[in-house]
Amino acid sequence: MSELLLLIISKINYWVYILLMMIGLYAIISKNNLVKKIIGMNIFQTAVILFFISIGAKKNATIPIIEHGLHPEGHAVRAVDYINPLPHVLMLTAIVVAVATLGVALALVVKIYQQYGTLEENDLISMLKE
Amino acid sequence: MKKLAIVIVLMFGGLLFYSALEFPPWGDPQAPASTHVSPRYIEQAVSETSVPNLVTAVLADYRGYDTMFETIVIFSAGVACLLLLRVYRREEIETRLYRHLPTGITLRVKGERKIPKDSQDFEQIDLTWVPYDLAVKTTCRMIVPFSMIFALYVIAHGHHSPGGGFQGGVILGASVILYAISHNLRLSLLRISERLAVLLCGLGVFIYAGTGLLCTLYGANYLDYSALSQLLGVDPVTARSHGILMVEIGVGISVMAVMVHLYYNLASAGRHDEGL
Amino acid sequence: MIWQIELIVLIIVVICGLAAISIKDLLGAAVLFGAYSFMMCLLWAIMGAVDVAFTEATVGAGVSTVLFVAAVFRTTRRTRD
Repeated sequence: MSELLLLIISKINYWVYILLMMIGLYAIISKNNLVKKIIGMNIFQTAVILFFISIGAKKNATIPIIEHGLHPEGHAVRAVDYINPLPHVLMLTAIVVAVATLGVALALVVKIYQQYGTLEENDLISMLKE
Repeated sequence: MKKLAIVIVLMFGGLLFYSALEFPPWGDPQAPASTHVSPRYIEQAVSETSVPNLVTAVLADYRGYDTMFETIVIFSAGVACLLLLRVYRREEIETRLYRHLPTGITLRVKGERKIPKDSQDFEQIDLTWVPYDLAVKTTCRMIVPFSMIFALYVIAHGHHSPGGGFQGGVILGASVILYAISHNLRLSLLRISERLAVLLCGLGVFIYAGTGLLCTLYGANYLDYSALSQLLGVDPVTARSHGILMVEIGVGISVMAVMVHLYYNLASAGRHDEGL
Repeated sequence: MIWQIELIVLIIVVICGLAAISIKDLLGAAVLFGAYSFMMCLLWAIMGAVDVAFTEATVGAGVSTVLFVAAVFRTTRRTRD
């Protein structure tokens, strides 16, 4: 029992990331309103970004900016002292792509409302079937 | 539908839980994510590019292709929003409403005649006009220039502190959006018109791709900034630092223009008459 | 990384996420989504990703919330679900 608790506490970032991803997926599949679906998509995207950032964390390491005192005299920069910057770079791209997708999705929602007058998915499907 | 959704979610959740038991312990320096390429980036970045901020160095120099395509993605999002929402009025309007600012009287002008856009005493309104609050207007008028200066500082100091092109571009766009929210959308369209916003979208991508092309003209690979040392007259390490700065400026311009353009089209549903 | 702060922020993030998809007012959903973005930004700043936290603070809690409110203004505010 205590080792189960230890397992939960030591990897709590991963459990929360899985929980958030499932909340986002549930919102995309089962909600009727289009804006709720878009909110679910964004929750999914930020949960994936949380996962990548928590992969790159290191214990007792500092942020990935090298202080001025260390260059250019030739003090060795050890890779153990700094947090891995590679997932941060990939996630910057992911955040910007998320906001671009959000802009286009909201433009589509406004256009659908102007055309059909409603945002509920089952009303839209029954209107399209006629 | 909801029951099916719960079943799917629980199945995926269970699979992911089972696979998360195999992950390395959190914060381990010997985890596979931190052992292959990133020690080289951490140890060699300052001696090769003289940029202390490792994230900016990797983003704009070592992984410059990804950033260029990301700029193209955000440019195409701006173009897609323009194509989806923008409505150019085909029919002629019979009456326009104007409000005289010192006294508050509303005029209704019929026919083809209209008061020019940048007159000091009259402003054009629509049927959904609400009075703008004096406290909000005055406060935002004081905040907007300082936030623009802060955004330029963030772009320029991306080498030594957290920041860079994206963050500065988004803050610039947000300050223009603040101006458009607190005052009128038409007033903001006078300052940064739609033509200027769309032109700046393309200019940012052009600066980024143009820097890469300039490097090939000097005989090196595409986006290899050390070839700019002949143009700028410095050693190759400093030339890489300057190349990173030029590329970040391009990214910042493009991101600002797309944020402003997205707000203009979404808040007025394409008609560019009256916003939030 | 102080684990008490991290635990509290993680619990708030999950609560904000659950509330943002189940509230019936779309304007409230947009504001709760802005709060969710800001709590995520704090979480990443705790874990040491300062560039990513800066970007999320401006993009998620700034521009993204404004775009949502503008879209809700142009469509309807009530929803049955």
